[in-house]
Amino acid sequence: MEGAVLAVPAIGFNAVYAVLRFANFAVASFATIGAFAGWAANTALGWPVAPSLLAAFVVAGIVGVVTDEVALRPLRPSGALTTAIASVALAIILENVVRFFFGNDPRGFNLAVYRDWRGFGLHVGPQQARDAGAALVAMAALFGFLAFTRAGKTMRAVADNPTLASLKGIDAPRVARIASFVGLGLSGFGGMLIALDTQVDPLTGFRVLLPIFAAAVVGGLGSIPGAVAGAFLIGIGQEMSLLVLPATYRGAVGFLAILLVLSFRPAGLFGQAAS
Amino acid sequence: MTAYLASLLVFAGINALLALGLNVVWGLGGMINLGLAGFFAVGAYASALLSLRLGWPMPLAGLAAVAIAAAAGTVLAGVTARLKGDYLALVTLGFAQVMQLVAANERWLTNGTDGISGVPGPWRGVLSPMRFDLLCMALCWALVAVCWVGLDRLAASPFARVLRAVREDEMVAAVAGKRVLWFKIRAFAIGAGVSGLAGSVYVHFNGYVAPDSLDVLLTLNVVLALTLGGTGRMGGAVLGALLLEALTEGTRFMGVLPALSPVQVASLREAVIGVVLILVLRLRPQGVLPETPRILNLEADDDERSRILLGRTLRGA
Repeated sequence: MEGAVLAVPAIGFNAVYAVLRFANFAVASFATIGAFAGWAANTALGWPVAPSLLAAFVVAGIVGVVTDEVALRPLRPSGALTTAIASVALAIILENVVRFFFGNDPRGFNLAVYRDWRGFGLHVGPQQARDAGAALVAMAALFGFLAFTRAGKTMRAVADNPTLASLKGIDAPRVARIASFVGLGLSGFGGMLIALDTQVDPLTGFRVLLPIFAAAVVGGLGSIPGAVAGAFLIGIGQEMSLLVLPATYRGAVGFLAILLVLSFRPAGLFGQAAS
Repeated sequence: MTAYLASLLVFAGINALLALGLNVVWGLGGMINLGLAGFFAVGAYASALLSLRLGWPMPLAGLAAVAIAAAAGTVLAGVTARLKGDYLALVTLGFAQVMQLVAANERWLTNGTDGISGVPGPWRGVLSPMRFDLLCMALCWALVAVCWVGLDRLAASPFARVLRAVREDEMVAAVAGKRVLWFKIRAFAIGAGVSGLAGSVYVHFNGYVAPDSLDVLLTLNVVLALTLGGTGRMGGAVLGALLLEALTEGTRFMGVLPALSPVQVASLREAVIGVVLILVLRLRPQGVLPETPRILNLEADDDERSRILLGRTLRGA
């Protein structure tokens, strides 16, 4: 369950990495922005959850493209690490912009509360099941986009071989914008899913930063199937860890998973050999 | 006013120590370390617990804090030895977050999110608060001076020359017979130790430490200080820390804007740090005091040139 929800922002992170070749630490802030956008649509406009999720995707995607153009794109020639550091700064800026307008108080969605489903000795919350379903729909949509649309194909081409793609006349800056929109939009979508299960506040995204990175790194930076596999591994690992660790350490599972996987496969499970 | 300035300078000194520590790892070694807050936490908690629970004298607790932080740095560097760039940035950031988790959850040791208070300071309570601040300022900057001079000597040593070679091209350094991993681990240990010292100074001056004060903003501040001052030069790290303190204090005026709540003022001040970092990276990435390149004329030095050519060949370029 948790793995499916984590997979969405992890895919977003890897989609950005695949095309733009830098680790965008600001994914956490875009998850928060998505959570707030969805919350506003749900409570202020009275939208149901599904269109609110769409609002989360679109708002986070637009903010993502705009901030990338203004703040990060001019830095890309100075190298991936400089851009990554700038993205940490961007994360702090966005988090504080959210805090400026909404304050620190936690907020919740307008949701009906259901009794848990029981069976086979398991408890399943309908909300969690529905979140996981929404995550699967988002993933299916992304795979459809990458496999069947022109924009999706050009994105894969640039991710695969930027030189060849530019020789073929693919407009790299345009593809970069599409990747930012889709990737950061997915982070926002995932952020709202996470917030549905927890709460909306300026640190909603930041709290899951470590599991998101872990999913992306364990799967292999830049690999979209890797992000899915990594997220499910981390999700299961976090649940299993409850057997041996106190619940407050769930976040640390991701860190341990990163160290373990990278010790044996420095490029992650699905990553290409480091160049 | 004097006490206020003195405490500002203590915090600037703490940031200077952190920036000096980062400069060894990043400036000289070219390894990104976003785990500074983690080493700072290790130093602060070690120093607080040893002096409070075991009654160790402060200089001894401080030394132990440096040693423990350096040990943590050695372990982390050993584990992450093969990682570079983005992966290293992610793992070190993860390390800092795990340290924060440990500080918040191991109540028996760290008192959880309430933090540890009542940590002794040098002659705290004997001196007037103002004299205490002045004394701390003097002690803190004496430590900054010691580290500055020491690390400046280090930066001129053969050790740092190898580190710079590792930064520029690891393979060339390895071909020249240098044990790259061993140099990296030592650089990480030194950097972590200096960060631990900063944590120790912080906790004895402040008298209090809690997980809240150890978040990623602390690391970002130091990255900003070092970028502002100029990576690679020790003087750059110290100058950057002073500039950063001037910047953060300079934004205090926003508190007088009548229409804003305290939360809004705090968020604006944090956002300013981020904006300035991005602007510095864009407009003056080499900082105020850039590192002076040591090789000026490639053509004149056949030995150097052949080494660079060798490096290119090895990388298949």
